[in-house]
Amino acid sequence: MMNWFANLPNFSAYGTPVYFIYLLIAILPLGIGIYFGKRLSWYEALVSFVFIFFMFDGQDWQQAISLIVYIIYQTCLVMWYVHYRQQNNNSLVFYCTTFLSLLPIIIVKFTPAMVGHNSLLGFLGISYLTFRAAGTIIETRDGAVKDINWWKFIRFMAFMPTITSGPIDRYRRFSKDYRKVPSREKYLKMLEKAVMYLFIGFIYKFIIDYFFAQQWLPYVEQQAMSHAPHLSWWVVAVAYVYSGDLYFDFAGYSLFAVAISYIMGVETPMNFNKPFLSKNIKEFWNRWHMTLSFWFRDYIFMRFVFMATKKHWFKNRNVLSSLAYMINMVVMGFWHGVTWYYILYGFLHGAALCTNDWWLRYKRKHFKNLKSTKLTKFIAGFITFNFVVFSFLIFCGFLNTLWFNPSAMK
Amino acid sequence: MKEQIQNLLAQATGRDASDFADTSEDLYADGLIDSMATVQFLLSLQDEFDIQVPVSEFDRSAWSSVDKICEQVKELQND
Repeated sequence: MMNWFANLPNFSAYGTPVYFIYLLIAILPLGIGIYFGKRLSWYEALVSFVFIFFMFDGQDWQQAISLIVYIIYQTCLVMWYVHYRQQNNNSLVFYCTTFLSLLPIIIVKFTPAMVGHNSLLGFLGISYLTFRAAGTIIETRDGAVKDINWWKFIRFMAFMPTITSGPIDRYRRFSKDYRKVPSREKYLKMLEKAVMYLFIGFIYKFIIDYFFAQQWLPYVEQQAMSHAPHLSWWVVAVAYVYSGDLYFDFAGYSLFAVAISYIMGVETPMNFNKPFLSKNIKEFWNRWHMTLSFWFRDYIFMRFVFMATKKHWFKNRNVLSSLAYMINMVVMGFWHGVTWYYILYGFLHGAALCTNDWWLRYKRKHFKNLKSTKLTKFIAGFITFNFVVFSFLIFCGFLNTLWFNPSAMK
Repeated sequence: MKEQIQNLLAQATGRDASDFADTSEDLYADGLIDSMATVQFLLSLQDEFDIQVPVSEFDRSAWSSVDKICEQVKELQND
């Protein structure tokens, strides 16, 4: 049985242009249904199942089992907590439930650092599903989510267009979309956007990123490695080329995910908004991987500040905001994985947010008459962009290979 | 009420109340307020108007201008 499963072809999400032909044909009936005011729920479940099946079959079959077990586990946990919360509201129970919800990802992220190989519990997309489940538990605690339908929750967790890499939606928003069918007028506007996003996505992912990922990155990496373990100007080139690759790959993917969601009548939130035009690091995080940074902002940063202010933990609010930034970004670093470069990346961004705030205060006090001009905006954007590129050089782990593991590249 | 809200916003952000004179201006888009100041502002709002605003109920688009904040506060007071 497993042999048969392992030998099936595997189609990763949005991997090739042909994939879109299959996908669009498969979801066409859904679009026609919504156009005529009906959601074909069973057909949608079937199409989602088939496409998710082909993302995880073949060599990845172990991941398929982990995915199924994981979704059942989280659904039981969330359903139980919603049931519990309808009668009680004990803080300890809330913390334990949140911990149990995070436990699989904690195991998966710490396993490689502890025992040197990947955990069997892991599967592509586990990080993104964790955000959806944990977010739902937190909103239940706050009384924002009062009731949950298990089937709708599974559909939310395993929503096919976004299952492997986001964008990260929220249960309340998703289920609101899901309950109703958009009006014909609105749906046509969504389709119009979907077509535009698909084509921008094609340009990003299959044309621009082809140069960054396939042509330039291997070349500059090889040049930089020829000086290993010493630094060279080629490392600077790696930083810029990798940043371009990361953006066009991920933004392209996100546009596909949003476009396909729109065709299925769900307004999945956008993930990127011209991040490299940001004029400071705070603005950058409002434009880069937005559904992730907003998740951290709402569930970690704001909640921590809220609790600390209410309980008067800190006298100085600047100390409090700095600490909250550091916690927020270092946790984000750990979420990417337990390696020195991810954690340093989070640390650097936390420090940058603190510096940014300090500078805004300093400017307001000492340079009251400093006018915002084209020049100051350009300088601010230039500094932000180059800092971000530098942080991505750390993030991509190339320095780790260059310094500690040069044989991995050859 | 608008004046009270403008003063609370000024307190939370460390700006002048006059920065919030335009009551329809988008506070988030124009960078007048950040997450940190938002939390401080919400807490002072709770004390001033005796209302409860859970952080996870907080939807930025519904609270993005002085006018909208007024509406929200009135609504919460009526609850």
